[in-house]
Amino acid sequence: MKQELHPVQVVLYEGLGAEPWEGGRRLAVTASLLDQGYSVLRITPAAAETEGLRTTDGHPLIVLGSFTGPKPEIVDDGGHLRVATRDTAGLEADDILHLVATARDELGADLNRPGQPGAWKPWFPVIDYDRCTNCMQCLSFCLFDVYGVDADKRIQVQNNDNCKTNCPACSRVCPEVAIMFPKYVSGPINGEEVKQEDVARESMKIDISSLLGGDIYSSLRNRSEKAKSRFSKERSPDKALDERKRCLVQLQQSGIIPAEVLAELDLSSLPSPEAIQRKARELTALREAR
Amino acid sequence: MNEAPAKILYCRCAFAQTVPEASKNAVLEGLCESGASFESVADLCEMSARKDPRLAGIVSDGGPVRIAACYPRAVKWLLHHAGCPLPEDGRVEILNMRDTPPETVVEELLRDTPSPAA
Repeated sequence: MKQELHPVQVVLYEGLGAEPWEGGRRLAVTASLLDQGYSVLRITPAAAETEGLRTTDGHPLIVLGSFTGPKPEIVDDGGHLRVATRDTAGLEADDILHLVATARDELGADLNRPGQPGAWKPWFPVIDYDRCTNCMQCLSFCLFDVYGVDADKRIQVQNNDNCKTNCPACSRVCPEVAIMFPKYVSGPINGEEVKQEDVARESMKIDISSLLGGDIYSSLRNRSEKAKSRFSKERSPDKALDERKRCLVQLQQSGIIPAEVLAELDLSSLPSPEAIQRKARELTALREAR
Repeated sequence: MNEAPAKILYCRCAFAQTVPEASKNAVLEGLCESGASFESVADLCEMSARKDPRLAGIVSDGGPVRIAACYPRAVKWLLHHAGCPLPEDGRVEILNMRDTPPETVVEELLRDTPSPAA
């Protein structure tokens, strides 16, 4: 993803040599800046004295304050200072926002802005390694190469950007409920604590085995009927398969994958144990070759 | 002996509406009216995806940290994904604005913080 984007940090400076901000103005400016994608740090006199002002490896910093004395000194750990200091005395919240936007332009700093065209919604799977057993079902189920393996052959999220926004399909089929999408609405996919009824582990494993020679839809229908009363509605291979198919069809309609490639894919079943192992081996070999 | 005040991190969840608007506004208001320094970020998920080094700066200096965001399990592994796993020594507290009343979140965040007038 946009790893080269470094969100601009705005400092509301209230340390030595600056007046404290009035509460209402502090809130209005902070909330608006956050909603536009900035980070905001409030520095009180005590913090200014003990910690000073630092920036990380040249990340852009805009310091705002009603200065009554010398402006604060800024330490740059990386040696690539990118700082703009602006006096906000007498300015209203809207004027301050304009001032920040101009300073950001001058610093040449890029920003991922929520709700703006081209913004990237941070939608990607997050693995709970306290639960993950490295079974590789997610690696095999996801057709968009979101997952990979690390040097220790451990599953990891490798390509955030490849994940299809609002598709939590891999989470639904994880036998250990170890995959979260924090922006999802319901638990346990959103990161809520896992309940006993969410752990359809045995059911998932039976489904996979039955796929080897069986009819996926019939097996899923039977499982669904039996499980309705016992398992969370969010933990559903049926939904997962539908969601994955929808993502692929969208890609095909956008011309990203040819129709004939899509037609060759088996979209009606969860990956078999053999397919899971094969994909894990391929990725491990690929990593070792690098 | 004076202990270092806890660092406070507030997540605005700006790219989604998963944290109720009223809740996150009330928590931010509580922080802005307090006498505490605090760091606020537009979206912790977005920073985690970019593996933003600022996150490591917040949690890795050895002092207490309080984070107002969403489910603790999600926040813990988001930070792990960002390359800054949380220490297991209990010095990082995660407060869930999705489920917890905002006044409770503010109270916990500002525990031991001097009042603005102090």
